[in-house]
Amino acid sequence: MTDAPRLEKPRSQWRDVWVQFRQHRGAMAALFLFLLLAAFVVVGPMIWRIDPNFIDPDPVKMIRLRNRPPSWDHPLGTDQLGRDILARMMFGGRISLAVGTVAMLVAIFIGTTIGVLAGYFRRADGLLMRLTDMFLALPLLPLLLVMMMLFAEATAAVVGPRLGTFLLIVLAIGVTSWMHAARIVRGEVLALKEREFVLAARSIGTPARRIILRHILPNVLSPVLVAATLGIAAAIITESVLSFLGLGFPPDFPTWGRLLYDGIDVIRTYPERVIWPGLAISLTVLSVNYIGDGLRDALDPRIRGR
Amino acid sequence: MLDAEPKPLVQVRNLKMYFPIHSGLMRRHSGDVKAVDDVSFEIRQGETLGLVGESGCGKSTVGRAILRLYEPTAGSVVIDGDEVPALSAEALRKKRPVMQMVFQDPQASLNPRMTVADIIREPLDEHTTLSRDEKLARVYELMDQVGLNRAFANRYPYAFSGGQRQRIGIARALALNPKFIVCDEPIAALDVSIQAQVVNLLEDLQERLGLTYLFISHDLSMVRHIADRVAVMYLGQIAEISPRDALYARPLHPYAEALLSAVPEPDPSREGARQRIILRGDVPSPANPPRGCNFCTRCPKVMPICREVEPRLIEAEPGRQVACHLVNPSPG
Repeated sequence: MTDAPRLEKPRSQWRDVWVQFRQHRGAMAALFLFLLLAAFVVVGPMIWRIDPNFIDPDPVKMIRLRNRPPSWDHPLGTDQLGRDILARMMFGGRISLAVGTVAMLVAIFIGTTIGVLAGYFRRADGLLMRLTDMFLALPLLPLLLVMMMLFAEATAAVVGPRLGTFLLIVLAIGVTSWMHAARIVRGEVLALKEREFVLAARSIGTPARRIILRHILPNVLSPVLVAATLGIAAAIITESVLSFLGLGFPPDFPTWGRLLYDGIDVIRTYPERVIWPGLAISLTVLSVNYIGDGLRDALDPRIRGR
Repeated sequence: MLDAEPKPLVQVRNLKMYFPIHSGLMRRHSGDVKAVDDVSFEIRQGETLGLVGESGCGKSTVGRAILRLYEPTAGSVVIDGDEVPALSAEALRKKRPVMQMVFQDPQASLNPRMTVADIIREPLDEHTTLSRDEKLARVYELMDQVGLNRAFANRYPYAFSGGQRQRIGIARALALNPKFIVCDEPIAALDVSIQAQVVNLLEDLQERLGLTYLFISHDLSMVRHIADRVAVMYLGQIAEISPRDALYARPLHPYAEALLSAVPEPDPSREGARQRIILRGDVPSPANPPRGCNFCTRCPKVMPICREVEPRLIEAEPGRQVACHLVNPSPG
């Protein structure tokens, strides 16, 4: 047998993953779309310099500016108070994307941790799963409302009203939406820990924490990614529900969900006011979903190979 | 190896592994599955002990309980001077390099998301303080030893055939220079043509590295090929332990006799003369084994005493231990 003169060094797995990810057309398109959306909400307001909350102080002008159809001055028109809808979309997107991603990360972190602990350590299973059941059984909306009522002022006093509301909303959504991820992960871990490679790791003497990090977590990645992509959409909607009920961000503070709810009142006269934020939320969810799909394929060596 | 009797590397005394059954509304402890019930044997340095028996007789459980992958219910296991069941978690971790395991299903025993190099390197990561390059050199050395091309180091387990995967598993088990390896049906999931390769590899490694094997299998011809001594298990207990040639020439325990009569004979003329002993009935449930001898419900040579008194594993002839009233007429 002729040996190759120079052997490849073991490569970093992440480069393989990236190479495979680029093969996935849908995922690349979705990544592009997501970056576009992110640029729209992050860079957009720096170019389109209209204050999203600007209401003309002169009542006559304000009334003439209300409910205008699209024009060069206001490409998406104006709302019932004469505010520029494009600017509101951009600012709203910042909050919605941030809330969606961070709340999803919080939920996935809690869910995965609890799921792995419950699945791997039999002693913790009963307790943690009853806790999960309890959270599932709680009526979430009243719980969220109570949380917001109780803690809104306390957090606002510590980190300022805007960041305070943001943190509170993100945490509240995260803490009330991890249960599904936890159940899925627990089921996967229960099956995985009986596989022989986990037994092999134990026979090598790998401690439990490294078995979890090295063998269990990479193998539960797929369901976690699915839960995560769905979680972003749910978080954006939940945030808008909270804002709608007057317990999220202040009413004049635009978010996509808020714009959607404001638009519903006038959906017959101005359907575009529902369509724009709705489209933005759908595109975000869709792109995140496809990115998750591509990532899942890229992370699976069996698919990566061909 | 033949001159002085080498001292035993592994000593198992009265090993019991019961799995509790919980039933009823309160999940009360209502009984035990006696997967391994009072098993004793020893394996000398450099020797291969074959452990045979039908499916579900507790062979694999013995292997796993010895390595303390299960917590044994009772009994003593001394490996290389240490009482394994009594070790603390940290001491056990330090002890792991001495005793390793090769698993039955090479597909399931390799993490599908790790490359071959990562899989073989895992024991080195856990137990050594080598640098990355030294570890890589050792991984290549191991791959050479088990006959894997070095160029495969970056591939994932799905890309290999069963035999190659088993070689990866063997390389992983060898990484820390163990003295004792439990081979848990390492060839059961492989093609016949590959089985011989893997068994020859195991024998070869034993010769070069002075390994001691506990070779668990239900393939009696393979055990005949590789083992020095053979233990026959039935329903959680050892029926007979004998040197290989003596056992295959003249099994003493009726169960061993029945088991060996099922081995096909490659020579057609002798195959025609082979007398099969066909056992009737099913294996009793290990949760509720019969009183007396475990084999009494199916034994063709059953006597009244077998249903009353449990036979003990006693030396019947030099080097041969048998648990049967027929062979040891005076129950001790």
